[in-house]
Amino acid sequence: MNARAAETSMTEGYNFAYLDEQTKRMIRRALLKAVAVPGHQVPFASREMPLPYGWGTGGLQVTSAIIGRADTLKVIDQGSDETTNAVNIRRFFARTTGVATTTHTADATIVQTRHRIPEHPLTERQIIVYQVPMPEPLFRLEPRVTECRKLHALADYGLINVKYYEDIVQHGSIATTYDYPVLVNDRYLTSPSPIPKFDNPKMHMNPALQLFGAGRERRIYAIPPYTKVKSLDFEDHPFTVQHWDHECALCASTESFLDEMIVDDAGTRMFVCSDSDYCHGRRGDGEEA
Amino acid sequence: MMMASSNTPLLRARGLSKLYNGRGGCIGVDLDVYPGEVLCIVGESGSGKSTLLNALALRSPVNSGSLDYRTSEGEVLNLLTLSEQRRRLLSRTDWGFVHQNARDGLRSGVSAGANIGEPLMAVGARHYGRLRDAASDWMTRVELDPKRIDELPGAFSGGMQQRLQIARNLVTQPRLVFMDEPTAGLDVSVQARLLDLLRSLTSKLHLAAVIVTHDIGVARLLAHRLMVMKDGRVVESGLTDQVLDDPQHPYTQTLVASVLPA
Repeated sequence: MNARAAETSMTEGYNFAYLDEQTKRMIRRALLKAVAVPGHQVPFASREMPLPYGWGTGGLQVTSAIIGRADTLKVIDQGSDETTNAVNIRRFFARTTGVATTTHTADATIVQTRHRIPEHPLTERQIIVYQVPMPEPLFRLEPRVTECRKLHALADYGLINVKYYEDIVQHGSIATTYDYPVLVNDRYLTSPSPIPKFDNPKMHMNPALQLFGAGRERRIYAIPPYTKVKSLDFEDHPFTVQHWDHECALCASTESFLDEMIVDDAGTRMFVCSDSDYCHGRRGDGEEA
Repeated sequence: MMMASSNTPLLRARGLSKLYNGRGGCIGVDLDVYPGEVLCIVGESGSGKSTLLNALALRSPVNSGSLDYRTSEGEVLNLLTLSEQRRRLLSRTDWGFVHQNARDGLRSGVSAGANIGEPLMAVGARHYGRLRDAASDWMTRVELDPKRIDELPGAFSGGMQQRLQIARNLVTQPRLVFMDEPTAGLDVSVQARLLDLLRSLTSKLHLAAVIVTHDIGVARLLAHRLMVMKDGRVVESGLTDQVLDDPQHPYTQTLVASVLPA
């Protein structure tokens, strides 16, 4: 399983991990600054990647800048290792670096992710890289970029609660279910990328280093290990995560994030874990399904 | 102590100038606003009234002069050198600003309740129930039906939007409110009710207000003191009745004479 690299031969003519060394240094400088100021968006000179914007060019560049020959890479998209985005990015790094890839969360040293945090707890020796479409959490509330920066500088985040107030008026509860803004280290309001709010509590005091890359918006930010991450809410309408009345139809888990799937034309529904590796592991067939 | 506090001005401007490309704007304005006092600035279009108001409310940078504000703790702040953070806090907690056009002062995408609650949330209120209570309380106080708390501002009439804007400005219990032509664009009966409301609110809340208007009737009804501006300069100032009944400056005489008898 860990020898996936052997499946694909290395592509000739490219530098290790595709980007040239100067670009990687530039990204690493941005990453260092991002780690030093948790949750603060650091601009960087995003490069054109062999992938369209919106498909993870930011995450790709971050992974490219931090990956080494001894690393083991896992790539997930909506929790699954086998979706197009995940397969392509994993193959991209297998070809350009020759590093080992895996689908097992516990075996990976770098996890690049789109829209989920793995169910298996991360450890201090792991780095999780998020693909971020819109790094600015105030984007829909304040259209001016200059004003957004000012609001961040002054830690002036009342606007988020205006949105939540309106949610409660219209829906009876805070209706934001993904990309739910968090306050990092009691200072910067930060977009957690479009992960379900179910995953927000996992960010709090996480032992792994969390890096975020937004390619089109040219921003990098980070949450260092063991950093306080708080999801904003009202005192009388506290933050809650999703719950399901069902268990996973395949592994019977009651603790994981479930995807609802319609399986036939009659509208029959099935609830299964969104984290494919977690689901396989619980069914005892962690090897190729 | 109480006597002292009402005898010292809340806001004091000396030689305040704001120029546009070296001309126009307002030039060398001296002004004092005392606690609980309503000061009206009147003048024709282009006389620099709104420029002065924006300069006083720190909404646009000034070229020269001094501007001091006395906080409720008695501390005198030099507003022109104050950090942006303090300025923002001040304009949210101690001040209000009522725009001529209610749409400029309201957030059109969120409900009336959220509009009133926003200034409270901006200074840290995080309790939905209490925000709602405050919003419906203030809707009642500005004579809006609290049942309409969840409607968007666009669903309210022009006069109601203006009252909504006033509620939004007063919810943080400011000490000083700036108003730019608050009754312009409203029909006369709605104007009358709004003026009545403003008069009772300012006296009830012991609110100081600086009101810019070109309507002498508004000034006579609301203002304790009056300042007349022409070409960016203050040409006459004094008690309202004194200025309107016995105008000294030729321009003020023309202004008072040009009001049509009802």
